[in-house]
Amino acid sequence: MTDMAEPSSVSELPITRTDWLPLALVPALALLALPFIGSPSSWVTLTVAGLAMGMMIFLMASGLTLVFGLMDIINFGHGVFISLGAYATLLVLGPLAAWGQADSVALNLTLLGLCIVAAMAVTGIVGAVFERVIVRPVYGSHLKQILVTMGGLIVAEQAIHAIWGASPIPIQLPETLRGAFVLGDIVMERFRVVAVGIGLLVFIAMQLVLNRTRLGLLIRAGVENPEMVEALGYRIRRLFVSVFVAGSALAGLGGVMWAFYRQTLTASMGMEVMVLVFIVIIIGGLGSVGGCFVGSILVALVANYVGFLAPKLALISNILVMALVLIWRPQGLFPVARR
Amino acid sequence: MTATSIPALFDETRVRGGFLQGLLSSDLPRSRVLSFILLAILAILAATPFLFSGSQPLSTAAKICVFIVLVASYDLLLGYSGIVSFAHTMFFGIGGYGVAIALERLGASWTSVAVGLAAALVLSALLAAAIGLLSLRVRAIFFSMITLAVASAVAVLASQLSEITGGEDGLSFQLPFELRPAFRPLSEPLFGVTVNGRVVAYYLVFFVALGVFLLLLRLVNSPFGRVLQAIRENEFRAEALGYRVVAYRTAASVISALAAAVAGALIALWLRYNGPDTTLSFSIMIDILLMVVIGGMGTMYGAVISATLFVLAQSYLQVLMEAGSTALSGVPILPNLIHPDRWLLWLGALFIISVYAFPGGIVGRLRQGRSSRA
Repeated sequence: MTDMAEPSSVSELPITRTDWLPLALVPALALLALPFIGSPSSWVTLTVAGLAMGMMIFLMASGLTLVFGLMDIINFGHGVFISLGAYATLLVLGPLAAWGQADSVALNLTLLGLCIVAAMAVTGIVGAVFERVIVRPVYGSHLKQILVTMGGLIVAEQAIHAIWGASPIPIQLPETLRGAFVLGDIVMERFRVVAVGIGLLVFIAMQLVLNRTRLGLLIRAGVENPEMVEALGYRIRRLFVSVFVAGSALAGLGGVMWAFYRQTLTASMGMEVMVLVFIVIIIGGLGSVGGCFVGSILVALVANYVGFLAPKLALISNILVMALVLIWRPQGLFPVARR
Repeated sequence: MTATSIPALFDETRVRGGFLQGLLSSDLPRSRVLSFILLAILAILAATPFLFSGSQPLSTAAKICVFIVLVASYDLLLGYSGIVSFAHTMFFGIGGYGVAIALERLGASWTSVAVGLAAALVLSALLAAAIGLLSLRVRAIFFSMITLAVASAVAVLASQLSEITGGEDGLSFQLPFELRPAFRPLSEPLFGVTVNGRVVAYYLVFFVALGVFLLLLRLVNSPFGRVLQAIRENEFRAEALGYRVVAYRTAASVISALAAAVAGALIALWLRYNGPDTTLSFSIMIDILLMVVIGGMGTMYGAVISATLFVLAQSYLQVLMEAGSTALSGVPILPNLIHPDRWLLWLGALFIISVYAFPGGIVGRLRQGRSSRA
């Protein structure tokens, strides 16, 4: 069946043009902010901090936008996977507390890695159950999806309370990830640098999987036209489930980073950050991973710059960015063609 | 052409009906059990100051009245227009803060109440229109996310701008003299109850709530309401018939915002206080969502039943769960599950089941039971 994709007309396909304008927005914004902020060292500090924040938001948002793009499902319960991922770190941090106190970069990073693995495993499994029990019966109806996933969110949040208790739980960063790198006047928190690294890694991995593998091809084809993919003999359902599980696991990963950043665990932490996540995926264009990446960084940078220049305005800077983007491009920065 | 035929149909049914038909906009409960429950709720709410002594029952009754308006106005959006807003508590809060700020700054007079309420209504209408026009023009799903974002920004603003809103502490204020406990409109006790300002305040809440509810009922049964339902059922077809979907949905969202602001003003007047936790918090938003769905989306009467049940449960059921939890204290996990703070767990489960199995909620069930018997 796939042999049909041999024809000579491949070269005649129009080349997809990259939409550079939104991509240029981020560096343009950063440069624009420089003269207002004045000192280059605080500018670098703010920019790095903003990038790190953006990466964390991206980690949490990417799964949601991917699920939406492929399955046309809006999961308001996504936030609970963030919380769940955060709480899953306790499974690792409990028995391996000594690794976190050891003054060794290798041990500390291994610990962080193990936390991430545990979180992704837990959220992946719960994601599979969530898809089967909560989401599957309501494919195709946005209204019911919103309602039912909100219901799932309420139940799951309460379940977290029942299992781990309702009071906030403090957690500590591994020893060597605390504090900051200082280069002259420039201060960069170590954990934020790690967050930027992990975020970039995930983004590149996602881009590679989506653009360079067979699975990615199927996913992109599914976003464009699920019926056609199904007609060509692929089990789109299996693809749906795996993307949902992957999306939940990504939320779990984001949850781990978010938990270490906040250093306190609460069951509602996921829902609180969902506000930012929704803003980001709206800005990026629902379903677009690249847009989600640009949107995350844009929102985080603006929040940081505005917070530095006019602290009062920072409270609503996200909304302002969203409103401006929507006025410019009502479908978001990178509209996904089909819907 | 369609626009003229619909009102004609309506007038016909209205001419046939009597006073009650007119009052309920020809939208009768259509179930004997339901009518009985509604009448009972109405009668008890109307007579609460004379039936029960003490302040807690009166407060519970006032809260029920306010939540009936709040839930019914949300039903206009969720049930009749088919769009999910997460900003309903924002308008509730704006109403509350409008009255609170005006009474605190301008002194305890009826003029301040009027000024505060008017300002809150204008602000709510503008915000609702802006959100609607910005998000509904693309797709209804944007609306949910954007309302969530805007509502959380407003909640943060309310807690940060403490010079105006009192921050996390909220605002306490004096009521106009006629609503204070010291006010005695009658020299003699009525049916053995001293009628004071609190009773007057309760009846203010009760009658305004009743009025707004009947107005909303009228609205959803008007041609306007029919168009909303048509859009909910088939957006594309309604658009093809010439109705401006965005305009109708935005109008619905503005009207529901206005009703929520009135509810907010009522709760602030009743509590003599307004703060982020009483009107703006996200947990109230979740409660409203649960109430509309469990009561029955698109029924209006569902709001009455579920708001009553919910507020009663909030005040009294948790005591029961407490007892159950302590009784099971030996067993692992179980006491955690029926701990009074965990009641949302069960409500959430009930909510999911209602979305799947009983989209009509309680009211839908009652009406169905009646039609199968008949």
